[in-house]
Amino acid sequence: MHTKTLSELSAALHNGDISSVELTQHYLDRISTYNGELNAFITVAEEHALKQARNADVQLQQKTAGKLTGIPLAHKDIFCTQGIRTSCASKMLDNFIAPYDATVVEKTNAAGMVTLGKTNMDEFAMGSSNETSFYGQVQNPWDKQCVPGGSSGGSAAAVAARLAPIATGTDTGGSIRQPASLCNLTGLKPTYGRISRYGMIAFASSLDQAGPMAHSAEDAALLLNEMAGFDPRDSTSVEQTVPDYSASLNDAIEGLKIGLPKEYFSEGLDPQVASVIETAIKTYESLGATIKEITLPNTSLAVPTYYVVAPAECSSNLSRMDGVRFGHRCEDPKDLLDLYQRSRGEGFGEEVKRRIMIGTYALSAGYYDAYYLKAQQCRRLISDDFKQAFNDVDVIMGPTAPTTAFKLGDKTDDPVAMYLADIYTISTNLAGLPGMSIPAGFVDGLPVGLQIIGNYFDEARLLNVAHRYQQATDWHQQTPDNFK
Amino acid sequence: MSLDKTDVEKIAYLARLAIDDNDIPDYARDLTTIFGLVEQLSSVDTTGISPMAHPLDAVQRLRPDEVTETDQREQFQAIAPKTEAGVYLVPQVIE
Repeated sequence: MHTKTLSELSAALHNGDISSVELTQHYLDRISTYNGELNAFITVAEEHALKQARNADVQLQQKTAGKLTGIPLAHKDIFCTQGIRTSCASKMLDNFIAPYDATVVEKTNAAGMVTLGKTNMDEFAMGSSNETSFYGQVQNPWDKQCVPGGSSGGSAAAVAARLAPIATGTDTGGSIRQPASLCNLTGLKPTYGRISRYGMIAFASSLDQAGPMAHSAEDAALLLNEMAGFDPRDSTSVEQTVPDYSASLNDAIEGLKIGLPKEYFSEGLDPQVASVIETAIKTYESLGATIKEITLPNTSLAVPTYYVVAPAECSSNLSRMDGVRFGHRCEDPKDLLDLYQRSRGEGFGEEVKRRIMIGTYALSAGYYDAYYLKAQQCRRLISDDFKQAFNDVDVIMGPTAPTTAFKLGDKTDDPVAMYLADIYTISTNLAGLPGMSIPAGFVDGLPVGLQIIGNYFDEARLLNVAHRYQQATDWHQQTPDNFK
Repeated sequence: MSLDKTDVEKIAYLARLAIDDNDIPDYARDLTTIFGLVEQLSSVDTTGISPMAHPLDAVQRLRPDEVTETDQREQFQAIAPKTEAGVYLVPQVIE
């Protein structure tokens, strides 16, 4: 049952071959068997899930059910869920039960989907390995000595080990695509503004975007159909029609113009990963696409630009965690300053503190122009590179990450080495473009992801391009041995 | 650029973060490395480039000035560390 696609599960539910309660229980059983070793979930919402499943079964019996009614999913623990703890993997929010649902959660609830639980992640989504979580690291189901990637590492591990058929993630600098790459999943970060950020705990507001993490483009399209759309409660939500992302999956890709940025195939890229990506590109050629080498000359500015913009925004966003209205409060504060300082000092982990400090410094009097303004100008240069490139090509392809999954603990002592894990994904967040990672092969038993970047609001084309590849290959159907 | 103990203490104060004295050397080292990475930006010629704050260069959307929220004080305060008579309690700030 846990190897079926969403469409197959939907058919089984609608035909009455299985009930949502049975399907939900099946996944809850898998979670109870495997979560101990993987640590993919922070909170398992068993009671809540079975209640949603019973409601779904009523709708299925009454023939009022939609396509995804009764299908379980896992939400990254960054999305507020009324009545279920939302920790953002931080001690700061260890006791936080949101008084409302995030729009994304509201939408999956309205679609009749069943929330299995809340997945582990890097604390406040700051990390590329899931090692900054207050609740401990997550193991990669492909090799438990390795990281699953981050920050949506719990969602990635849960879907890869088939503890959930699909999950939500968020991506500020690569946090959907990089773990998707490291865990052999199809992950999509849509255009900035495509999915509502309401109720999604903010890290860097001008970069954050939610998206689906799935086994295939076909499954991702189904969830994106539910997640996308305008929301007046998010001031940066975009008022633009949502197409049916499933409708165009099979469109022809003959004549598709693929751009390969030479900067994405240079120094720092593992040669074996490069060779997997080259093979994937050849597959696209055999499917009728044409290849063109392009240049994104300001690529080397992406990581330094990001490490000003993102921390600056996070230092501002996280100032709301002050020990007054919700979250952790220190014992016996002697005055208000002590209350703020100790509540925050105790509540935040090391990486979060580091980033708050970077941002605070970059925004402080006398440094604003040199850091923040300069970074915003460089951000424009990076974005203009893409505009230029999309004059000549339809999509851009390259590796999602420079290496396969690295060993747990390998980069925890060197923040800059960790930051470079996102070297190919960060630019699209800065530009606000949609990007995807799809399974493209393996190096020494570890998955490699192919990144596909599209023009603004071109998610349908990305999914179409990914789907055609998945019709011709079976990398996305591989399951790690211990979780079959 | 190199950040020292005083810099770290000043930044931590501005950010209202209590940090352990023993951790200061590590923060100083890490922040120095990170700003070393950021330093690359200073050599980029950005004359005449307008700063980009929003990926789609959108402007703030306005809504009609109407009351849309209802009073949910009790629900919101149920998760607060300390409240009394409908207000959030903090240590005394006015003598």
